[in-house]
Amino acid sequence: MKWSRAIVAVALGLPVVALLARSMGNDPKIIRSPLIGRPAPAFALATLESDVLRTEAGDTVRLEDHLGEVVVLNFWATWCYPCRQEHPALVSVARAYRDRGVRFYGVLYKDDPAAARRWLDELGESYPTVLDPSSRVAIDYGVGAIPETYFIGRDGRVAHKHFGPISVEELKHQIDALLAEPAPAHPAAEVAAGSGSGAE
Amino acid sequence: MSDAARTRRRAIARLVPAVALAASALALPGPTAGATGLVTTRAQEPPGAGIAAADTALEARVRELASGLRCPVCQGLSIEDSPTELAVEMKNIIREQLAAGRFPEEVRQYFVERYGEWVLLQPRASGFNLVVYVLPWVALLAGGAVIVVGVRRWTRQGAGAESASGGETG
Repeated sequence: MKWSRAIVAVALGLPVVALLARSMGNDPKIIRSPLIGRPAPAFALATLESDVLRTEAGDTVRLEDHLGEVVVLNFWATWCYPCRQEHPALVSVARAYRDRGVRFYGVLYKDDPAAARRWLDELGESYPTVLDPSSRVAIDYGVGAIPETYFIGRDGRVAHKHFGPISVEELKHQIDALLAEPAPAHPAAEVAAGSGSGAE
Repeated sequence: MSDAARTRRRAIARLVPAVALAASALALPGPTAGATGLVTTRAQEPPGAGIAAADTALEARVRELASGLRCPVCQGLSIEDSPTELAVEMKNIIREQLAAGRFPEEVRQYFVERYGEWVLLQPRASGFNLVVYVLPWVALLAGGAVIVVGVRRWTRQGAGAESASGGETG
């Protein structure tokens, strides 16, 4: 009688404990992006004009022009303190990988372009930043709380989303993983066909 | 013996309305939107929107859809209840898509594809989510069963003690 009671108690209690243990280990602010492994949402956005930005990006940045390259998208704003914190890491890694087919783009999120220009002037050299005045691109990427950084593989798929300020180590880790993957022969065709090894 | 059975039946008969009352009081509405209680300011209407009578129906549909979607930059607020720019923009997207003839479920899916199912304030009743909908009822039934079994045991013991008290002590 006592044993059967104990077994019933364990049978009822164990799932509850397992469920709690599973959820307590997770940060509720970090939600797995449904974009991972899927083609990155396309965009064509105007570049922020600034003296310190490398102007090779031209007036408009189109994601489709970068198929075959690794693209790092960083959503930021001047009112976001952690963005200021992580900026040097992004700039240094962008510089280190410049000649290895890795493109860095900042996307200005809910901010005044003039304020962004002042901020960048103050912090010095940077990779290009594009403007997203209606936040449509941010919504396409499922941006919630910035800073958020997206890694897009050479196959044009979103490989990883990083929440919060990012470090040099994490940037290198993600980029190296994407560079280690064999470059798709026809990235555009592959994305269109929807087949292809979804980058993790 | 028949006395004991009668007592038991009476006890259970007395219990049944009590259980029913408790169940209806709990009312188990299922998982409700987490937005209640946190409502602050209404989202501003889009600039220059002189909403004509024909648009009120559309606005009502926009509001209904928006109140079921979570604002990504808030804590437990729906897009409808959030005054943030992002929520206003998301409401604009809802309005555009509904005006273009999309079904509410398609619009919901549009946001789920971007933000994940997390964006829905009420989880879909499928897959693992069913636990949320089914478990309260299972718990209620199990609790009811425990009460019924317990009452039966008490009444049997009580009746047994009554009939036993005439003879032995114990």
